[in-house]
Amino acid sequence: MTSLDLSTGSLRDVNAALQAAESGEFVITHPQGAHALACGLNASVEVKIEGPVGYYCAGMNQLATVLVDGNAGTGLAENIMSGSVTITGNAGQSAAATGHGGLVVIQGDASARCGISMKGVDIVVGGNVGHMSAFMAQAGNLVVLGDAGDDLGDSIYEARLFVRGTVASLGADCIEKEMRPEHLEFLTTCLTESGMDADVSDFRRYGSARTLYNFQPDDVDAASESTERSDG
Amino acid sequence: MCGIVGLFLKTQRHEPELGRLTALMLEQMRERGPDSAGFAVYGDDRDDRTKLTVLSEGINTDWGEVCSDLEIALDGAVTHRMVLDHAILETELDGTDVRQWIIKNVPKSTVLGSGHAIELYKAVGDPRLVAERYGLADRTGTHAIAHTRMATESAVTTAGSHPFSTGKDSCLVHNGSLSNHNLLREILESKGESFQTENDTEVAAGYLAWRLREGDTLVEALERGLDELDGFYTFCIGTRDGFAVVRDPIACKPAVMAETDDWVAMSSEYRAIAQLPDVGDAEVWEPEPARIFAWSRT
Repeated sequence: MTSLDLSTGSLRDVNAALQAAESGEFVITHPQGAHALACGLNASVEVKIEGPVGYYCAGMNQLATVLVDGNAGTGLAENIMSGSVTITGNAGQSAAATGHGGLVVIQGDASARCGISMKGVDIVVGGNVGHMSAFMAQAGNLVVLGDAGDDLGDSIYEARLFVRGTVASLGADCIEKEMRPEHLEFLTTCLTESGMDADVSDFRRYGSARTLYNFQPDDVDAASESTERSDG
Repeated sequence: MCGIVGLFLKTQRHEPELGRLTALMLEQMRERGPDSAGFAVYGDDRDDRTKLTVLSEGINTDWGEVCSDLEIALDGAVTHRMVLDHAILETELDGTDVRQWIIKNVPKSTVLGSGHAIELYKAVGDPRLVAERYGLADRTGTHAIAHTRMATESAVTTAGSHPFSTGKDSCLVHNGSLSNHNLLREILESKGESFQTENDTEVAAGYLAWRLREGDTLVEALERGLDELDGFYTFCIGTRDGFAVVRDPIACKPAVMAETDDWVAMSSEYRAIAQLPDVGDAEVWEPEPARIFAWSRT
């Protein structure tokens, strides 16, 4: 096991050491909210970060297993491809944004836009998620053990959203869907893998109504309203 | 971009090092706002006198003479001390009267703030140098708010730097941009607010000043502001004995908060908060959009 101390070493050196490793275990101490820590890893290394991190921690992760013992700022595990990223605390906004694969586990709460434009990643949140989570989600699974904020799954293409608590409101074209046996099976496996303890029968599933796939002349008014909103 | 920090002490424990801690936080926000910086510190609170912080950009302004003129005009004692180009006036007179008199009679001066506890400093340039030049680290007090600015809506000037005063002992820092500030400025001017810059944040400050003057509590004023201020914002607000944070309903601009038994802190990024004592024991969270977080010291 290799220990790297950010109170004495530079962020660039720590990231370079992690990125150069083919395998092994690393412990990062005194992260002090540093940005872009453990980004761009591309090998099956294990990294434990002892303390809170800043923006874009473990971005673009492939194969590596990253554990943050603390909170994370904006953009945790952004564009994760594979491997796993786990944090024991809360995550700032846009956690696991655009993630293509792998597993992101947030044991606390995630803020707004968790899983925005997700493309295949599995995200498990022990607490609540903020507004506009899974905005424009395309593939993958978002599992929320707590509550979801406003406009969950707004303009969702595909992806499955599972929420145990309440949903403040569903976004455009996002609807509640039937829980079929394969969904219960997935949840059972996913919760076990992410170390979460919950009864799968308590969850409800949400997904795309697929009515925005094709332009409808009747939607002209709705479309212009939607444009105004996205400008804001 | 812009960077914000705020530190509100819930107990007396860290009062002697308020300035030092605020300076450590501000240092972490340098990259977010290299254009200019400013800070407001609340301390030495006394009911029987008002402090006014005036930015003096007139090279020949004799503040001793200004004070004498003020004493004659308004019939009350006024003293002053200079901190570089900032004049700190202390008086038993009404702060609003003194402010109006200075705006009318002292050219090239900007009244940055006034109240029983607040002192407010700002300048163009590297935030680290601004903090050093105006002696932030040596200041004591109960709470402080600071800002590093990357200008988007108006010119890089000292007067356009944050914090902006929102009335007696109140001030505001802002990360974001308001889109309806020109219209709001006109409306507020018709209600008696006066503005000293073209800056959008000054309009938000004027808006709060107007609401507070109309009798709203800070929380009520901010709730109304959520409906009437259009744009992106994370605000951190200081009052004589209070501290508040609010973000617009979309919450595009960053904010993180932390709280222990001794203090509440907010910043644009956690690394500023990481400088504070006992931060390992703090509860840390991202404030939810359109929700007002407020503390007061009673």
